[in-house]
Amino acid sequence: MEPIISIKDLNKKYDSGLKALNNVNLDIHRGEILALLGPNGAGKTTLISIICGIVTPSGGTVSVDGHDILTDFRGARAKIGLVPQELSTATFESVWDTMNFSRGLFGKPTNHALIEKILRDLSLWDKRDKRIMTLSGGMKRRVLIAKALSHEPKILFLDEPTAGVDVELRRDMWKMVQELRASGVTIILTTHYIEEAEEMADRIGVINKGEIIMVEDKDVLMDKLGKKQLSLTLQNPLDDLPAELSEYSLDLSNEGNMLIYTFDTQKEHTGISELLRQLDKLGIDFKDLHSSESSLEEIFVNLVRDES
Amino acid sequence: MNLYGVRAIYLFEMARTWRTLLQSLASPILSTSLYFVVFGAAIGSRMGEINGISYGAFIIPGLLMLSLLNESISNASFGIYFPKFSGTIYEILSAPVSSIEIVIGFVGAAATKSILLGLLILLTANLFVDYEIVHPLWMIFFLVLTAVTFSLFGFIIGLWADDFQKLQIIPMMVVMPLTFLGGAFYSIDMLPEPWQTVTLFNPVVYLISGFRWSFYGVADVNIIASIGMIFAFMFLCLTTIWWIFKTGYRLKN
Repeated sequence: MEPIISIKDLNKKYDSGLKALNNVNLDIHRGEILALLGPNGAGKTTLISIICGIVTPSGGTVSVDGHDILTDFRGARAKIGLVPQELSTATFESVWDTMNFSRGLFGKPTNHALIEKILRDLSLWDKRDKRIMTLSGGMKRRVLIAKALSHEPKILFLDEPTAGVDVELRRDMWKMVQELRASGVTIILTTHYIEEAEEMADRIGVINKGEIIMVEDKDVLMDKLGKKQLSLTLQNPLDDLPAELSEYSLDLSNEGNMLIYTFDTQKEHTGISELLRQLDKLGIDFKDLHSSESSLEEIFVNLVRDES
Repeated sequence: MNLYGVRAIYLFEMARTWRTLLQSLASPILSTSLYFVVFGAAIGSRMGEINGISYGAFIIPGLLMLSLLNESISNASFGIYFPKFSGTIYEILSAPVSSIEIVIGFVGAAATKSILLGLLILLTANLFVDYEIVHPLWMIFFLVLTAVTFSLFGFIIGLWADDFQKLQIIPMMVVMPLTFLGGAFYSIDMLPEPWQTVTLFNPVVYLISGFRWSFYGVADVNIIASIGMIFAFMFLCLTTIWWIFKTGYRLKN
């Protein structure tokens, strides 16, 4: 299927000389949730801002559902809803007015029933006549999301949506994201909470220093880069690893009380049974064992570290 | 053309007017009334007629211009400056509206407000002095054209300004003196040379003179020159705005 957003050789150099994006190529699939991970200053917001028309690219092309973002900006932008990172909201307007403003701005006729539904879904209906400046930070975040949805976008960008957001809103938000996805909306989110990406996303893109390091299905990424570890708590501490065990990738920790075996989940043959047999032969007893899989966070940290 | 978008911006800006009614309409009307009381009724009664017009009536077009220029500039500049300042401009930049549509929305609302204000001042003036309007259609023509042109100028200032001081500086330091020295309170015939010639370089002279002509049929400078001057300034503003949007100056990185 044709990608809903197609980014080709995208470059951005700011007037200050900062090269924020360097030959970015990325296809975003229709209907997926794509999480963009990257450290601060990696270029996530620049990338989103270019697609949405807020920042002018220095080179390359972006097409949104077949519309070029520069030559056919109307077609492209009408498809997109953006929830920015900053809490930039109008000050004196009421929630209701700002919603209708957003919808009109995106070229859609008034639809009070729809606005009401969005406000109700985001628990904002009671606040509809309140001036935005009187709302709490979490409520303002909800207003930004509601505004982005007011024109029924096919693509939703969420730039750090859960930064400084309480548990309840975060839960509401993810529920809404799942519903939107079920209705066919493509969602691109950036986040610092990697466990969120791990939980929500279909695919993960890692961006660092203005370059896309990798884009993979989440499961593939976890498999490919995830490592499993088997930890054995020993009966008696070891001073050194016996030479017979040198062929295994083993580490001693916890003052010789813990033996850690790292293995590759991709391999057919993990070598666990041989290792255990060998330990038995050497008379090394253990009282406990457990295995663990590396989290996306560890994968991410390793990826970014390898790059730099 | 994204008409819904233009309408949204226009209504958003007009809503701001109604919300700040005291500041946006009442205060300029009050200050203009004070001018009428002081210069029209109190001092004016001791002054002779100028070109056969009583002094109180003579200053009406000039005072109206003074408010019109100030309010057009401050409305339009604040209208676009504030979203830049608060960050809400992101929404307008990411919306499917063209630069022309943005200008129509913002400048249209600012000009509407100024025209409304001008008409209200005209009504208020009626309470203090008797006046007549010889060419009412030309009066409306000058009113509308000046409101639109100076709202465009204000829009440019709002785009250019990156702090509140810059927002104030042009209206205070440039427009205000030019208006006071542009014949709002006197006919430029009353100036000695070389000031009579120097004053011809002040564009506001042409505005006030043309506007006064539409009221009383007498002008300091040729009426064609007045009309030409407004269109020239409007053209200059439009070109500047076109350049700003083309280059993204102070709007986009």
